[in-house]
Amino acid sequence: MLDVLTLFLFNIIVYNIPLLYGTTGEIMIEKSGSLNLGVEGTMAIGAVAGYLVGARCDNLFIACVVSFIASGLVGLLFSFLTVTLQANQNVTGLTITTFGVAFYYFVGNALSNSPEGWPKLSGTRLDAQSQAIHIPGLSDIPFIGKAFFSHGILVYAGILIAVLMWLYFKKTVPGLKLRAIGENPAAADSLGVNVALYKYAHIIVGSGIMGLGGLYMGLNMGGTFEGSNCWINGYGWISIALVIFANWSPAKAILGTFLFGFFNTLRVQNAALAYAFPNALGWLTKIPSHFFSALPFIITLIVLITSSLTAKGKSGEPQAIGRNYYREDR
Amino acid sequence: MKKLISMLVTAALAITSVFALAGCNSAKETGNGTEGGNGASDFKVGAIYINSQNDTAGYTYAHHHGITEAMKQVGLDPAKDLFIVDNVPEDDEKVKQAIDQLAGNGCNIIFGISFGYINAMEEKAKEYPDIIFSHATGYLSNDKNFNNYFGRIYQARYLAGIAAGYKSLATGNNNIGYVSAWGTEYAETCSGINGFALGVLAVNPDAKINVYEISTWGDQELERQAAETLIDTYGCGVIAQHCDSAQPQIVANEKGVFGCGYNSDMTKEAPNAHLVAPVWNWDAYYATAMKAAMTDPSTFMTTVGNYYEGLNSGLVDVSELSANCEPQTKEAIELAKKMMISGEWDVFSGVKLSFSGDTGSVTVEKTNSALVTNDGKEIVAAGGPSVDDGVIQGSMNYYVEGVTQVN
Repeated sequence: MLDVLTLFLFNIIVYNIPLLYGTTGEIMIEKSGSLNLGVEGTMAIGAVAGYLVGARCDNLFIACVVSFIASGLVGLLFSFLTVTLQANQNVTGLTITTFGVAFYYFVGNALSNSPEGWPKLSGTRLDAQSQAIHIPGLSDIPFIGKAFFSHGILVYAGILIAVLMWLYFKKTVPGLKLRAIGENPAAADSLGVNVALYKYAHIIVGSGIMGLGGLYMGLNMGGTFEGSNCWINGYGWISIALVIFANWSPAKAILGTFLFGFFNTLRVQNAALAYAFPNALGWLTKIPSHFFSALPFIITLIVLITSSLTAKGKSGEPQAIGRNYYREDR
Repeated sequence: MKKLISMLVTAALAITSVFALAGCNSAKETGNGTEGGNGASDFKVGAIYINSQNDTAGYTYAHHHGITEAMKQVGLDPAKDLFIVDNVPEDDEKVKQAIDQLAGNGCNIIFGISFGYINAMEEKAKEYPDIIFSHATGYLSNDKNFNNYFGRIYQARYLAGIAAGYKSLATGNNNIGYVSAWGTEYAETCSGINGFALGVLAVNPDAKINVYEISTWGDQELERQAAETLIDTYGCGVIAQHCDSAQPQIVANEKGVFGCGYNSDMTKEAPNAHLVAPVWNWDAYYATAMKAAMTDPSTFMTTVGNYYEGLNSGLVDVSELSANCEPQTKEAIELAKKMMISGEWDVFSGVKLSFSGDTGSVTVEKTNSALVTNDGKEIVAAGGPSVDDGVIQGSMNYYVEGVTQVN
């Protein structure tokens, strides 16, 4: 019954990596001092655009590029509104979420009703799981090989992006300047850092990263469009909470994603685990299933409370977050 | 100036998104709005939907499709004579507003498709005695202008169960999975599971039906994971479903097992897996209701009344059998269907069917056998009559023998 455990670990990764994309993308934006609540919508737009073009070309790489660009354009819109026009960041972000999810349904409905229909995949399936890469040696390890080393490229890319972003913040000069803007844009400005340029660039790249996460979710759903719920399914919102959970560190975001993912997967797999290990885990069946459904969110709530109680000095929260930088205000 | 531009851009974004999301959250104002008179030419139909009228699958889609089809059958033009208020949540105030709006449009009959519209519709039926109110899935009515309607979908599920049963015999895998939105909490899901299970057991008495309850009416991701668990952990070889999307069938297709969808023929989503799906043909009811209301609205409650029909009226049925079905399936389904249409036999009675024989000579045998729950309680004695409709519709909260809920 080791299979159950393997599947459990496998699913923690497969179903929750989109959160890592959403979280790292949002961290990049928040580090520049902007709070973007439009993660859900940005992911939705990246997902639809990337998936549709990718399915037409039957090419995963093109799908990724298109979804990065589409979400990047949403980021550009957000930057234009909040950096250049100084619009309220909360309102703009919420508007983007409403707009993005609506865009998903609008395009989806229009295409499904059209004579051509929602594009069906032919030839090689553009499916995240069937794109699994075989790593010689590692993939063959019993149990662990399947759980950790049999994933598609987008899983490893998500982790790589988080690690690179962590290095970028910690070890590079532009990363340092970015953090300075997030803490005190006026001070950075006085040192000759182009605040607007930095904000634009990082909001666009951060949004693009979110788009990849959205595309991943669409691929994971087999790319079928149905009216019932959006592919993103609230993951954008969870990502925003995970940013605080991770204390604005991309490295801790990996940890946070898998911790949340553990409970997120437990809500589906608890019965299977109890079934496979009746002696060790049989007690899981005594807990009402609705408690497991609530558990990921209860954990998030607890972490948000504890991290809010952390001393200010240790917090990675950018001090200027959510406030537009208006040069004449200095 | 910057502020002005930013406000304008934000406002424009908000407005476009509201339009795109809501689709059309208002009644079409194309009809001429004259009230009174029930001649076919100025008969108007009102509809209140829980989701968008532009949906391409799912519950609202099925009803919208049924209403427009029925209107064509009775000679009405949906573009001109149908008024819709969609995306109406189950909130009394919102439903009442929608009804007022449709009444203002001069509708002669108003259909409300969601369970939670029940109280608002009952109240408004008193306020507008000249309009007929018709409520899906509910249980309230009056003797003048307010009825409810639903169908015996469990009969169609029984037929799908037969297809699954034959498949399990052929593959030698007695484990059958069922991804369900809810379990015993709702009689609708519960009677569906039981109907399906009894169909399976009529063909393969050794089969075990494993139910995974996802505790929500629609969540593609959970539906997918539930199907995966049923296949990978519980070794199920056929996956049936009572949930919104086709994800369970898609998973079955990916993993090389079989499945029975719901609501629409899901063979197009799962070409190598899908066997047959229980489906609704709502137009069967809508045409009946519209015809009666057009002829003489004052006798609606005696001619139509509360409507609870099954295979006999065509309201429920199964989709076309796919090529994945075992050869005996078609004959067995025809036999069972005939018995249910004639009223000679029904699913939840003290008589059970069993099918045997090869293609071309499938026979069905009736034996008296008590209907027993999975914890050994007798519901109907051997040879006894069917469980009451009221129980099937409203209070069934047990699984029959052979069903296990895994979570």
